[in-house]
Amino acid sequence: MISELFKRVEFYLDARQNKEIFIYPGLNLGAEHSNVHTQAEATVFGFWVFLMSDAIIFGMAFATYATLLQGTAGSPGPRELYHLGPIFIETLLLLTSSFTFGMASIAMKYKHPTSHLVGWLLVTLVLGVIFLGMELDDFRTMFAAGGLPTQSGFLSGFFGLVPLHGLHVTAGCIWLVCMLGQIAVHGLDSETKLGLLRLALFWHFLDIVWIFIFSVVYLGGLA
Amino acid sequence: MSKPVTRIPATNALMTNKRRDFMSYVWGFGLALILTLVPFALVQWQATTRGSLLIIIAVLAMVQTVVHFRFFLHLGRKRKREDLLLVLFSTSLLIIMVAGTIWIMANLAERMTPI
Repeated sequence: MISELFKRVEFYLDARQNKEIFIYPGLNLGAEHSNVHTQAEATVFGFWVFLMSDAIIFGMAFATYATLLQGTAGSPGPRELYHLGPIFIETLLLLTSSFTFGMASIAMKYKHPTSHLVGWLLVTLVLGVIFLGMELDDFRTMFAAGGLPTQSGFLSGFFGLVPLHGLHVTAGCIWLVCMLGQIAVHGLDSETKLGLLRLALFWHFLDIVWIFIFSVVYLGGLA
Repeated sequence: MSKPVTRIPATNALMTNKRRDFMSYVWGFGLALILTLVPFALVQWQATTRGSLLIIIAVLAMVQTVVHFRFFLHLGRKRKREDLLLVLFSTSLLIIMVAGTIWIMANLAERMTPI
């Protein structure tokens, strides 16, 4: 109770001196959203614990892929199946969507009109959906060239890793739609803001996983 | 005391904060774009040998990861210590498990392959 009060006072003083206080990783909402800001400390830390455990899962999928890389068993290998062009466009799509989500976070933090926030979120969603469409098209091209998950250890490793990221992006898109619904129904209340804070972290995190996918899987396979 | 802190007028310093947050994303986007374009270009035109290409790709991926953490996830020295510790601890776990798996399995493959 007392410590809570002290925290509030501290925020207020720091806000008056226009110092920003950072209490969790990610874009801090700051003193202008004091209620959410204090609440977010625990919630966002918990979400980071989830993200890091998710990172471990991805890490193990990468290790499995690396282990199985040589086991093509006479079926098509990376050079026959990977195409740099679509991967490059997908990379740019995901990177741009990370930037547009950043713009959405800024619109939320500095209390721009909600339409700005919704606009940036919609752009992010569209970029995410185009990314997924292109990735599915890649898989279809691979299937047509004989790259089925059952063909070899290498392909099992590939389809254990890359679609796992795709599933995460799908989950992120569904979550984004839910957040848009929440904004439409409840407006920008504390719960919605907390959700958007966490979704932003999730989205940026998936972009980091993609760095490793295009570097290790695609560029590494075609180098 | 449950009354929320009243709205602070948009002073110059607050505008500076906003600008700084905005520039963080712009810098992150710009740097990440360069760090993406370079390895893609090198691989597209097979600029050097496979060995040096792999090293360049790995180094640039590491740098780009740091850029994303710094500019998009805003993780840094100014934040609370535990958060950085959580990320660093998870990273060390990841390195031990991934490097260990690759090491053991590669060694096993080497020993088990008939000559």
